[in-house]
Amino acid sequence: MMFLGGPRREDPAQGREAAPRSAPAQAVEKLRAEGLKAWFGATLALKGISLGMKERRVTAIIGPSGCGKSTFLRCLNRMHEVAAGARAEGRVLLDGVDIYGRGVDPVQVRRRVGMVFQKPNPFPTMSIRDNVLAGAKLNGVRLREEDALFEKALRRAALWEEVKDVLARSGASLSGGQQQRLCSARALALDPEVLLMDEPCSALDPIATARVEELIHELAERLTIVIVTHNMQQAARVSHYTAFLYLGELVEYDETDVLFTKPQNPRTEEYITGRFG
Amino acid sequence: MAVSVTALGRLSLPRRLAPAFWGEAHLGDRAFRLCTAAFAAGALLTLAALALQMTRASALSLRRFGPGFVLGTEWDPVRESFGALPFLFGTVVSSALALLIAVPVSLGAAIFLSELAPGWLRSPIGFLLELLAAIPSVVYGLWGIFVLAPWLRDTVQRPLSGALGGLPFFSGTPRGFGMMAGGLILAIMVLPTIASVSREVMRAVPVGLREAALALGATRWETVRHSVLPSARSGLVGAIILGLGRALGETMAVTMVIGNRAEISASLFEPGYTMASVIANEFTEAAGDLYLSSLAEIGLLLFGVTLLLNALARLLVWRIARLPDGARRA
Ligand SMILES: Nc1ncnc2c1ncn2[C@@H]1O[C@H](COP(=O)(O)OP(=O)(O)OP(=O)(O)O)[C@@H](O)[C@H]1O
Ligand SMILES: [Mg+2]
Repeated sequence: MMFLGGPRREDPAQGREAAPRSAPAQAVEKLRAEGLKAWFGATLALKGISLGMKERRVTAIIGPSGCGKSTFLRCLNRMHEVAAGARAEGRVLLDGVDIYGRGVDPVQVRRRVGMVFQKPNPFPTMSIRDNVLAGAKLNGVRLREEDALFEKALRRAALWEEVKDVLARSGASLSGGQQQRLCSARALALDPEVLLMDEPCSALDPIATARVEELIHELAERLTIVIVTHNMQQAARVSHYTAFLYLGELVEYDETDVLFTKPQNPRTEEYITGRFG
Repeated sequence: MAVSVTALGRLSLPRRLAPAFWGEAHLGDRAFRLCTAAFAAGALLTLAALALQMTRASALSLRRFGPGFVLGTEWDPVRESFGALPFLFGTVVSSALALLIAVPVSLGAAIFLSELAPGWLRSPIGFLLELLAAIPSVVYGLWGIFVLAPWLRDTVQRPLSGALGGLPFFSGTPRGFGMMAGGLILAIMVLPTIASVSREVMRAVPVGLREAALALGATRWETVRHSVLPSARSGLVGAIILGLGRALGETMAVTMVIGNRAEISASLFEPGYTMASVIANEFTEAAGDLYLSSLAEIGLLLFGVTLLLNALARLLVWRIARLPDGARRA
């Protein structure tokens, strides 16, 4: 399931080692938003965004608070429509197929496009172990595979060492930052093709942040990542491409190096240099 | 139903205030504390006084029949021979029947209202549901007499008797009025209570927990099953206890349809009698001290049964609401 189709066949390590963040041109678009609009009731939160997210690359979404970053992310796996009174318009192509098209099952979309929410939301009634396995169980993973699966997921989320002795405790008994990583592990255990991360490090200390950034690098060898972050340095460190959103519109999109060194739009420049007002 | 309300409160699990709260405090705080403590003590005192008075009133019967009163099956005012078992049986069986019918239906309704119904439909239906809970029980009783009992007799009991008449539950003559009608009317009466409280409890489950499940590729049902219901479970049991409390204590409507005969029968077609009904029916015309005292003891018994069932339910809440360690920090 992981390596479908042509673009998957190239050696993942090669591109990264040659130029870690220079985003080779041969990368194919895994996910593409076209004229994406999103409403909350009568409020238009996304005003028509077109943006491609390349396969096995990290795309960072930056922008001031309330500009629609989370909304955009939630439109990419059809989570936006879950909110009361929320609806979306436009197209989002996943491997060329419109996930908003007729006959597409949002449940299937969400199994392929995983998500880590801005606010950590572990299941409080489940143990840490069951939290990690929740998604896998929904997909009918057999008991024998469970052990390896959840240790791997927790290790990848840089949480294993901290929780390996308390796996039976509630997911809600962890600290905010641990919960955040638990939610990452939960999404990873499902082995998604695309991972949407909404500020996955907002509650983490520098060490855990570094671990998660390492994880993002590692994951990018196999899957497509879209990450929302308020931290410019982080965007610059982890992403190949960066998109700058402002008031529900895409202001600028480019390779991360270019966007941060030679922004075309004065607004982008103001934002990344911290002179935004 | 103080017990059930606490059960509901567990959903949010407020943490105990630090002991410092009880130590040095502002004058206003101290006055406030005294005031509220007095109210709390008042409630407890009322309960104690009630129990004491009831015991006093039933002293004669207690002395005469002893513990045998509870298991006595005879109720004969003429010969002054009194036993409570038929009423105990009637109350417990009709309430159990009511919960058996009402719990699945009302949980289903609550899930629909809280999770599945389109937004524009939720508040009107929710409002109607609450309206249903507000109808006086005598109106339910009238409806039971004129509509439910005849309908039960002709459309439910006759065919049942024909097909399954061999079973003890469905033996005897279909007559409409009886245990089945009593249980059913109670079910209809507790349904809105359980459903609307359950709906509130489920609405209180954070949106984030639903989204967490949905984002893992759960269907609506899987989300309800694995995320909403487990998070709401102690509150849901609280809702059921609330319904049980209403069923145990309900007097008027049941009295009007249950048949009011102090008999114990396995058949749902046969008439029965509940503790609340016999007190309401016979207290005004009870002649003789022993008769009055026996009715008072039935009241005491009802009080005890209610307390006992509440305590058991409380235990149940405590058992099933036990989360993995440390969950309270959430
Ligand atoms: N549930 C909601 N109901 C109504 N409006 C909402 C809702 N959620 C978000 N909005 C509005 O949509 C706009 C975009 O919100 P969004 O959450 O996408 O912002 P964001 O860029 O993620 O902000 P932040 O950086 O603070 O997380 C905001 O103006 C917000 O007020
Ligand atoms: Mg956000």
